[in-house]
Amino acid sequence: MNKRLVIQRWIVLILPLLLMLLPMISADSDLAAHAASPPKPLQPGEQLPRIVLPPPETPEHGKYLGVTDSNPFSVSDIEAEIVIIEIFSMYCPHCQREAPIINQLYHKIENDPKEKRSMVLIGIGVGNSAFETDYFKKTYEIPFPLFPDGDFTIHKQVGEVRTPFFIVVRLKPDLPPTVIHTHAGGIDEPGKFLEAIEKKAGLE
Amino acid sequence: MIRRILYMIPIAAAMMAMGPSSATGLSDVYKNNIYDTGILKPTDSGPPIETGEAAPGFTLPAISGDKVSLYNYRGKKNVVISFVPAAWTPVCSDQWPGYKIAKPIFDQYDAILLGITVDNIPTLHAWTNQMGDLWFPVLSDFWPHGAAANSYGVLRSDGMAERAIFVIDKKGIIRRVEVSDINVRPRLESIVEALAEIEGRK
Repeated sequence: MNKRLVIQRWIVLILPLLLMLLPMISADSDLAAHAASPPKPLQPGEQLPRIVLPPPETPEHGKYLGVTDSNPFSVSDIEAEIVIIEIFSMYCPHCQREAPIINQLYHKIENDPKEKRSMVLIGIGVGNSAFETDYFKKTYEIPFPLFPDGDFTIHKQVGEVRTPFFIVVRLKPDLPPTVIHTHAGGIDEPGKFLEAIEKKAGLE
Repeated sequence: MIRRILYMIPIAAAMMAMGPSSATGLSDVYKNNIYDTGILKPTDSGPPIETGEAAPGFTLPAISGDKVSLYNYRGKKNVVISFVPAAWTPVCSDQWPGYKIAKPIFDQYDAILLGITVDNIPTLHAWTNQMGDLWFPVLSDFWPHGAAANSYGVLRSDGMAERAIFVIDKKGIIRRVEVSDINVRPRLESIVEALAEIEGRK
């Protein structure tokens, strides 16, 4: 075989491997590390990591979540069958636009006796301080509890998702919380979103 | 053929590294239009102008088509200048949209916000369109390149501006300087504190 042709074939075989290794070679680069192992958003079927939240801001929110003391608590401590977690940011235009729609979702759940008993909604403001989360809450008159994640700890736990991102978790006594549904981006129609959750949770 | 393959290696590697970052909770609204800069040197300029000094004047074109002079606000409004490094980059794209909903805070403290980058007007027009309607003037410090940023001591060696906030009182005196790590968005409460202090409401 022509020597030049052999070299060409070797390069074609080695090239993909080289491309995969290149980002790992520069170990000092965060960008390269990111490219080598991009964060993976939580998927349905996966166990929810232990997400620790600060104490609820008001007694009403404490009652809504079934968390009465003034200590940090984890999502698995919430007294509900289904927890809908909205990952948002005060600085995200999409989250701002959708805020009234998410309020509608909350009221839809609260106005349904069956869902009111089994489902709660919380928001986690990634990269937002308590001041910023609170400002977002006041601006859009958000009735459900919002929690700040100023240092992106929770954001990393859920796979560095874009905002908004929804994680629906099923809680069962003595079992780890499990993700049953996720949704990236705006939900547009609360009714359809709720239907999808009911289907996944077997609540139909 | 071999030469062509060798040329492809750096191009393909660069494309692999360019996936838009979501490490800052970037909004889904931008889809895949944000260029991932990776982690940059936190600050790369300075020293910035100090508190107590007179704010350097400037007149810059705005995306509205007007020209905006800092001097126009003298005696009328407190001024908050937000320099951000560049359009279509991760942290910058999720900074001004937050200020979009913070207008009541600026009104409360009789203040105006001026957003400035070193990008040109068409770029700023396309970028800020993704953010929805911004109520504050967005100004281009493109030409002479970065002249305003340079006069405040926040022009980086690569031609971008720092991520910096300057709070200026109605007398034109700098009252707060905050040059952030370029990779981190400054807190809204920092602006609120500075304005409250100027208006004697702390």
